[in-house]
Amino acid sequence: MAECGRVDSNTSHTMDKSITLPPDEIFRNLENAKRFAIDIGGSLTKLAYYSTVQHKVAKVRSFDHTAKAAGDKLYEISMQEEVTARLHFIKFENAYIETCLDFIKDHLVNTETKVIKATGGGAHKFKELIERKLGLKVDKEDEMTCLIKGCNFVLRNIPHEAFVYAKHADSEFRFQTTNPDIFPYLLVNIGSGVSIVKVESEDKFERIGGSSIGGGTFWGLGALLTKTKRFDELLQLASKGQHASVDMLVKDIYGGSYGYLGLTGDLIASSFGKSATADKEFSKEDMAKSLLHMISNDIGQLACLYAKLHNLSRVYFGGFFIRGHPVTMHTITYSINFFTKGEVQALFLRHEGYLGAIGAFLKGAEEDNPNQYSWGENYAGSSGLMSVSPDMNPMQRARSGTFDMLEMDRLERQLVNLPLLQDPSSYIPDTVDLTEDAPAREYWLYCFEEALDGVVKRAVASQPDMPEAALRAEKFRQKYRHKLQTLRQQPFAYGSLTVRSLLDTREHCLNEFNFPDPYSKIKQRENDIALKYYQKAVKSLDELSWEEKQFALVRGVLAGNVFDWGAKAVSDVLESDPEFGFEEAKRQLEDNSGVDIILGVMPFVRELLSRGTEVVLASNSGPALNDVTNGELQILTERIAAMDPVIEAGLREDRLLLVQSGSSSPCLDLSRLDKVLAMVVRERQTDLVIIEGMGRAIHTNYYAMLSCESLKMAVIKNSWLADRLGGKLFSVVFKYEVPVGKPNKDCGAFSPC
Amino acid sequence: MAFNGHQRDDDDIIDENETPSKQPRSDKEMPVHFRNEPNSESATTAGRATSDRRTSQSATRHRHDSVKKTRPPFPWFGMDIGGTLVKLVYFEPKDITAEEEQEEVENLKSIRRYLTSNTAYGKTGIRDVHLELQDLTLCGRKGNLHFIRFPTHDLPAFLQMGRDKHFSSLHTTLCATGGGAYKFESDFRMMADLELHKLDELDCLIRGVLYLDSVMSSGPSECYYFENPADPDHCVQKPCTLENPYPLLLVNIGSGVSILAVYSEDNYKRVTGTSLGGGTFLGLCCLLTGCSTFEEALEMASQGESTRVDKLVRDIYGGDYERFGLPGWAVASSFGNMMSKEKRESVSKEDLARATLVTITNNIGSITRMCALNENIETVLFVGNFLRVNTLSMKLLAYAMDYWSKGQLKALFLRHEGYFGAVGALLELLHPS
Repeated sequence: MAECGRVDSNTSHTMDKSITLPPDEIFRNLENAKRFAIDIGGSLTKLAYYSTVQHKVAKVRSFDHTAKAAGDKLYEISMQEEVTARLHFIKFENAYIETCLDFIKDHLVNTETKVIKATGGGAHKFKELIERKLGLKVDKEDEMTCLIKGCNFVLRNIPHEAFVYAKHADSEFRFQTTNPDIFPYLLVNIGSGVSIVKVESEDKFERIGGSSIGGGTFWGLGALLTKTKRFDELLQLASKGQHASVDMLVKDIYGGSYGYLGLTGDLIASSFGKSATADKEFSKEDMAKSLLHMISNDIGQLACLYAKLHNLSRVYFGGFFIRGHPVTMHTITYSINFFTKGEVQALFLRHEGYLGAIGAFLKGAEEDNPNQYSWGENYAGSSGLMSVSPDMNPMQRARSGTFDMLEMDRLERQLVNLPLLQDPSSYIPDTVDLTEDAPAREYWLYCFEEALDGVVKRAVASQPDMPEAALRAEKFRQKYRHKLQTLRQQPFAYGSLTVRSLLDTREHCLNEFNFPDPYSKIKQRENDIALKYYQKAVKSLDELSWEEKQFALVRGVLAGNVFDWGAKAVSDVLESDPEFGFEEAKRQLEDNSGVDIILGVMPFVRELLSRGTEVVLASNSGPALNDVTNGELQILTERIAAMDPVIEAGLREDRLLLVQSGSSSPCLDLSRLDKVLAMVVRERQTDLVIIEGMGRAIHTNYYAMLSCESLKMAVIKNSWLADRLGGKLFSVVFKYEVPVGKPNKDCGAFSPC
Repeated sequence: MAFNGHQRDDDDIIDENETPSKQPRSDKEMPVHFRNEPNSESATTAGRATSDRRTSQSATRHRHDSVKKTRPPFPWFGMDIGGTLVKLVYFEPKDITAEEEQEEVENLKSIRRYLTSNTAYGKTGIRDVHLELQDLTLCGRKGNLHFIRFPTHDLPAFLQMGRDKHFSSLHTTLCATGGGAYKFESDFRMMADLELHKLDELDCLIRGVLYLDSVMSSGPSECYYFENPADPDHCVQKPCTLENPYPLLLVNIGSGVSILAVYSEDNYKRVTGTSLGGGTFLGLCCLLTGCSTFEEALEMASQGESTRVDKLVRDIYGGDYERFGLPGWAVASSFGNMMSKEKRESVSKEDLARATLVTITNNIGSITRMCALNENIETVLFVGNFLRVNTLSMKLLAYAMDYWSKGQLKALFLRHEGYFGAVGALLELLHPS
C-alpha cells in the first residue's frame, strides 16, 4: 500500500505524524477518472471526479427454445461486465495536497481531461501548484454558485441528507424525510463571515444578506482572547467553559427573571458584560464559551430575521463553523429555537463539507448533465457521518480528520415519487428507525452479523468457476463487518439506520466485491421447479368455489412469501434441510399453493386479469437476495404465457404490464421509484396497490398512506419481530386500507417480493 | 404624620394629612395636560423654534391649583438601575419661596445642595452638566433637571450616602426602573430604609423619550440626525423633531440591546434584543486591551484602524464581490485577520478597540435594519448609554442605515442618550399612569 506522508510547512498546524493517508484506498477508480473539480478551503481540500466502474452483473437470457439446447433450464445466467458511472468525492487536509496531486498524476490514465474546476478560498493559492502537478488548467468557479448547486444535488439525491440536531435526545440526529420539493430554502453559510442565501430553484438564488460576525470572528477573536491557535481547540475549550462567569445574564441585572417580557434569568443580557473590568481574570474556557454563544446567537437571530422577512421555514446551516461540530450545531439550534419560538428548525447536512466540490464538479460536467439522472449514495464506498461526540470513538475521529469519502452511483433509472402517495413530504418508508430504537438496533445489528457467514458462503457458492471468489468473499466479509461495527458506534452514519439500510449496505458491499447476484442460481433452480407446478396449481385453484379460491389465492401469495433467504428463521431451515420447501410452507400456513412469484403471485395476477382488472406487475430492477428481478420476471411470464391463455391474453392485450421498480433492494422506498413505473401508474389510473413481502410491506411501507386502496400482505418470518408486533412466528399480515372517500377499482399495481 | 419636605407651595390646602401614602397619587388631569402639549405644538408651523416647544408657564397657570394639590413631596427623583450604570434624574426646584425655604427640612436642603453644587460624587458619580435642562416647568414647579450617573457596582456607596443623609426621613417615593430596581430592592430597604416603587423599564423608556422630545428648555434640540452620512467630510449633525414619529423603531443600546416597535405612546412591543451591546464592547475591550473604562476604550478606538483586524471583502476577492453587490470595503469577517498569527502580532490595542466598536455597532445596525424591514418601519431612533460621547458609533449607524437600505431608513439620535428610563421613572412619580 502506498502511503504518502503529510507535507510539513511552517504555517500548517502540527498533527500526529503517525497519521498517514492511504491514497489507493481513497482515490479509487482513478484509471477511469475524468472531469476533476477541487474545492480548497481554509484547512480542508475536497476533490471530486467522475469515473466509471466496471463490475460484474448477472444477466438472464432466455434460451432459444426452438433450438432445444437448454435442457430443462428456463433461462441462462451470465456474468457480464457492466460499466456504471460513479462520482467520487474525497476530503483531506490541505497539508496533504501536494502528495495527493502527485498520486493522482501518477495514476491518471485518462488523458482527455484538460481542465480542473476549482472553487473555495484556497483555489487561488494553490492554482499554480495544481497546474504544475496535474498539467491541467485551473478553471475557477464562483464559490456561492458551487455551494448552491452542490446543496441542491445532495438534497435531491441523498435520502436523509438533512437532519435536526438534538444534543440531549436519545439520538442526536433526527433525519428529515426527503421532500421531493426542495425549494425554496435558506442556506446560511458560516465561513469566516456569514452569507445568507435564498434558493428558489435550481438556477435562481440570491444572497439576501449576511454578517461579518462568523467563524472567522470566533477563530480570530478566540485566538486573541485565549492564545489558542486552532479552531478545533477553541471549540474544545468552549465545550468545557461556563459562559455565565463572563456574560451578564438577565438575572445579574434583575436578580431573577424579567417576568414582564418573559425573559428568563439565564438569558444573556450582555455578552462579555462581566468582563468589563480590569481587575479580574477569566478562564480561557469560559471566554471561549461566551464567545461561541455570542456568535451562534447572533447568527441564529439574523437567520431568523431573514427567514421571517422572506417567509421561509427551511433553513440549512453550513460552512466550517458548523461542519459536524456538535458544539456549534447545538448552539445554533438553540438560538434558532429561541428566536423563532420553535417555529423554524435549524437543519444541517450530512455532506455539507462536500457542497462546494460537488457544485464545482457539476459546473464542469454540464455536458454529461448529471442532473438528469438519479444518483444514490454508495454505502460501501462512503465514509458516512463521523461520530460527533469527541470522547466517542477517538480512532474514528482521527481518521475522519484525515480523510473522508463520499461515493455516489449513477442509477440506471431516474427515480421519482409514487404518484399515489398521500403526502410525499411526510412519507417515511421505514417502519422502525433503528437510530432511535436502541433495542431494535442491537437486535438487527446482531442479526446481520450472525447472518454474515451464511452470506459469505452463498456468495462463494454462486461463483463456483472462479477460484478467487473465496478471497473476494472474505474481503466482503471484512468490509461489511466493519460497516456493522461502525454503525454500532455511529448508527447515524448514513442517515437513519433501518433494516432497509442494513440490507442495502450489504448489497453495496457485495457488489463492491463483484458478487452481483449470489442467489441467481438458487432462483433459477426454484423457478424451474415452480414452473413445473404452475399448471397443476392453477388447475386445482380453478376447481375451487369462488370464495374458497380467493382464500387459496391469498394463502398462495403468503406461502410463496415464506421462501425468503433474507429471513433468518427461513434461511436457517433452508440451509439445514434441503427438503424443506413447498410442503413445509403449506403446512405452516395449513394450505395450498406454490413458490413465490410463480405459484403465489402469478395465480393471483391471473385471477385479477380474468376479472377484467388491468395489472401492473412491478419488480426489482437489480438483484437483491432471492427476489425476482424484472429481467427474470419477463422470461418467466413469457413461459407462463405459453401455457396459460389468461396470462397470454393479458400480455397481448396490454392488460398485464411488467415494469421495473427502479429498486435493487429487498425493501421498497416509494419515494424513489422508476420514472416509467410512476408514469404507468398515472396513465393507467391505478386505484389499488398491493405490496407483498416482509421487506416491502413490514420493514418498509407498513405505515405508508396511499391515496388509493392498498393491500399490504406478508408473513412475519422473524421471531423477534413477531414478538415485537405481538404475534407468533409465521403470523400473517394482511392489511387492507381504503383512503377516505375513494371507491372502485379497475387496475391494480402489484409489487411482489 | 408630618411631611418634612415642602410638598405644598400654597396655603389653600384642603387637608395636610390627607395623603400620607408613599405611593404617588393619581391625577386624572395631569396626563392630559402633558399630552396636550405636543398637540398644541403640532398646530404650529413646521419650522418651529425650540422656544415654541417650551412649556409655557402662563398656559398652565390655570391648572396650577389642581396640580399642586396632588403634587408629591420633594425631592423628585427618577432612577434607572441598569446592568452597568445607574442613571438618576433629579429635579431641582428654582422657584422656592422664602417661606418654603424656611419650612424646608435640613436633610432635603442638604441633598439639594450636595447634588447641585457638585458635578462629581464619590469616585465614580458624575453629573452630566451639559445635559441639564434649565427653567423646566414640571408639575407646576419651575426648576432644573439634573442628570447623574454612576456605575451599578457602586450602588452600595450610593445607598450608604442615602443612609448618611437620612434620605428615608424625607418619606419620598423613590421611583426606580431597570433590572436593578428588582435586584436591589431589598438592599434599598435594608441599607437605606427606602421602599422602591418599581417600574417597567420599557414603559419608562418610551415615556421618557416622548417627554424629553416634547418639552424643551433653552438648550439645543433633543433630537438630531446626521446629514450626508456616506461622506465623512460632510457628515454633520442636524437638529430635528420627533413630529409624527409613529411607527418608530426604538433601539436602546445599554449593556445589551432592546429593540421596540412603538406605534403610539402606550402601544409598543419589544421586537427583539441582542446581547451584543455596550457591555460587550467594553467587556471585550477590557480583555483585549487591558483598559477599564468606557471612555478609555472609546479613546483607544478613536485612534485605531479596524481594517487591520477585520477581513474585508476586498481581502478575499481582491475588490468588490460583484456577483452579490458587496463592495470591497465591506467587512467580510470581523476579526477575520486575527486568524493569522502574524497579523495578531502586528495589530495595536487601538486597532483592536476600534474593531470591537465597529463590530458591535455594525451588528446592531444590521439587526435593527432587519427589524425595521420586518416591522415595516422607516424611522429608527437610537438611544442608550453606548452612544454617549460615541460619535463614531452614531455616524456608523447613520451610515449603515442609509447605505444598506438605499436611503429608505433614517437614523435619529437623542441628546439625553441613556437617561430616558430615569426620566420616565420621574414622570411616573409626578403623574402615575
